[in-house]
Amino acid sequence: MTHRFFPTRRRVLQGIAGVAAAGILATPAFAADPLKIGLILPLTGPFASTGKQIEAACRLYIAKNGDTVAGRKVELIVKDDTGLAPETTKRIAQELVVQDKVTVLAGFGLTPLALAAAPVATEAKVPMIVMAAATGMIPTRSPFIVRTGFTLPQVTAPIAEWALKNKIKRVVTMVTDYGPGLDAEKTFVTVFKAGGGEIVESIKTPLRNPDYAPFLQRAKDAKPDALFVFVPSGEGLAVMKQFDERGLKQAGIRLIGTGDVTDDDLLESMGAPAVGIITSFHYSAAHDSPENKAYVDAFMKANNGMRPNFHSLGGYDGMHLIYEAVKKAGPDATGEQLVEAMKGQKWVSPRGPMSIDPATRQTVQNVYLREVKMVNGKPWNVEFDKFENVKDPG
Amino acid sequence: MIGNLIGVLFDGIAYGSLLFVISIGLSVTMGMMNFVNLAHGAFAMLGGYACVMLMTRAGVPFLATLPVAFLVPAIAGIVLERTLYQRLYKASHLDQVMFSIGLVFMSVAAATWFFGPSQQPVRLPDWLRGQVHLLGLDLGAYRLFLIGVVIAITIVLTLLLVKTRFGALVRASVDNAVAAAGLGIDVNRVFGVTFALGSGLAGLGGGLGIDVLGLDPTFPLKYMVYFLLVVAIGGAGTIKGGLVAAMILGVCDVAGKYYVPQIGSFIIYFLMVALMILFPAGLYGRRA
Repeated sequence: MTHRFFPTRRRVLQGIAGVAAAGILATPAFAADPLKIGLILPLTGPFASTGKQIEAACRLYIAKNGDTVAGRKVELIVKDDTGLAPETTKRIAQELVVQDKVTVLAGFGLTPLALAAAPVATEAKVPMIVMAAATGMIPTRSPFIVRTGFTLPQVTAPIAEWALKNKIKRVVTMVTDYGPGLDAEKTFVTVFKAGGGEIVESIKTPLRNPDYAPFLQRAKDAKPDALFVFVPSGEGLAVMKQFDERGLKQAGIRLIGTGDVTDDDLLESMGAPAVGIITSFHYSAAHDSPENKAYVDAFMKANNGMRPNFHSLGGYDGMHLIYEAVKKAGPDATGEQLVEAMKGQKWVSPRGPMSIDPATRQTVQNVYLREVKMVNGKPWNVEFDKFENVKDPG
Repeated sequence: MIGNLIGVLFDGIAYGSLLFVISIGLSVTMGMMNFVNLAHGAFAMLGGYACVMLMTRAGVPFLATLPVAFLVPAIAGIVLERTLYQRLYKASHLDQVMFSIGLVFMSVAAATWFFGPSQQPVRLPDWLRGQVHLLGLDLGAYRLFLIGVVIAITIVLTLLLVKTRFGALVRASVDNAVAAAGLGIDVNRVFGVTFALGSGLAGLGGGLGIDVLGLDPTFPLKYMVYFLLVVAIGGAGTIKGGLVAAMILGVCDVAGKYYVPQIGSFIIYFLMVALMILFPAGLYGRRA
């Protein structure tokens, strides 16, 4: 629970009235006006690292590509929603639309927060770029939602296929009990079982969970070949430590998961216990391409040596998508025209080639298999295989 | 199966030990001054950060940071007690709650500002890592160490309270502050020292707990419920009550998560409701 302001009734009414009015009038944009982007992120609270990464990446994009696009000056309005209260996110989205008259809403750290803001985007006809929240169904909630991050089913299926090919027969799954976690579990279990694997047990841990030890002990006692883990970015360290301390590795259990567990932002502080973990994900800071090298160097330089993680890419590519859409649809474009212009965009991001699926507004991208290895004394997610142009399995 | 049970008991006791070290100060000060200090966890967090900063920035080994993890919050405790807390002893419980929860939010924001929002890494010495094989059981070396530390702390605390003059003053003040003051005991001063001691212990617990509980700026909020549960179940103002309550909570929490992971994290709340119905004043509480 973090600090929360309850909106007064008048505020709420203003918000509702404003959103309704904006819907009717579909506020036309004028080339002279600045292009305002309302960035709603968790900048405090347990998910603050997500917000910091995205904000840094958005600022980096503007610094690299200039703050004007198609003659309009780009203005970033950053708001903190603390990451825990969907009603706060919704209120901020309303304020950004009504008071600040933003052209685009962006950010959204977690699924419940994105879902809370979706009706605002629909009503106000404002494009809403989901940069982080990773549940598959989010874009179905509003025709104005476009995703630049990833979906969990998209990155989970490859690790299940990899496990099947690598003599892993019995798996215990351990996921955090909320939207993305359930998505990950469902995808992994479906793909793994279809390939002839056995799921020994599926453990769900509460979202606000202090201690993973008992769950991991239970997993260890079930004696699987591997433990599949999904936890929100930031919790990986706690899991890893206990995995190490409990001696699961010595018991011959492999740790596999989606790249959230070996988040680049935290990988350095995880150190040796992380080595050998196999994950599948759409981005590694160690991705070998000139675009990524330039990105990682610039990001670390601008942010005190902080390593960019996958969330930062959601922000960076989100900004790219907004810029390209404005260029294509013109400076006076309406929200609908901008969304239309975003559909089918294709570019080479630091994460690799990616595009926006015109039918679902989801990200289509390569998913890589990586192993944590020590490179020059520091752990990195080193890619060793890839699945090309993976769509959200829906 | 038996092996599992012993393993769960062991983990639970280790977890309970941590809760005990952190909460005991809260229990004693609440019993003595009837002051509801929700900010107790902030002192634990301060100890944790003192520990981490010394380790990562100054390269001090883990064990050597623990005394500092005790001292820094103890000093902060005495300063805050003299300047802020003291003004609110006579205030209503609502005022006290508002004041201390305000302190919690300030500490959360301050920690985010100074140390960043992410979990802090801690590097334990090698002999405290991994597992120890005892009688065919795999026991976490660090958890074994935790239990040892708590046994030592409990003995020292009990001796301090039972055998020393200061202990006698504390017990007199807890039992009846008015009568104690009438006998010439400077209750305020005794309370100030006790508060510092409690804050220090919380800080020590925070430092010891980094590897088990983690350490990030939301620490005081995340665990507030656990600390309050220890006091509520054990009864305010007793060491024995706090110890028993912390062990019950620790073991039940771990057992619940191990045996019935579906509802595991709910068990302790159920337990609290049940125990509060049976013992409204806490297991060892004296005030009805």
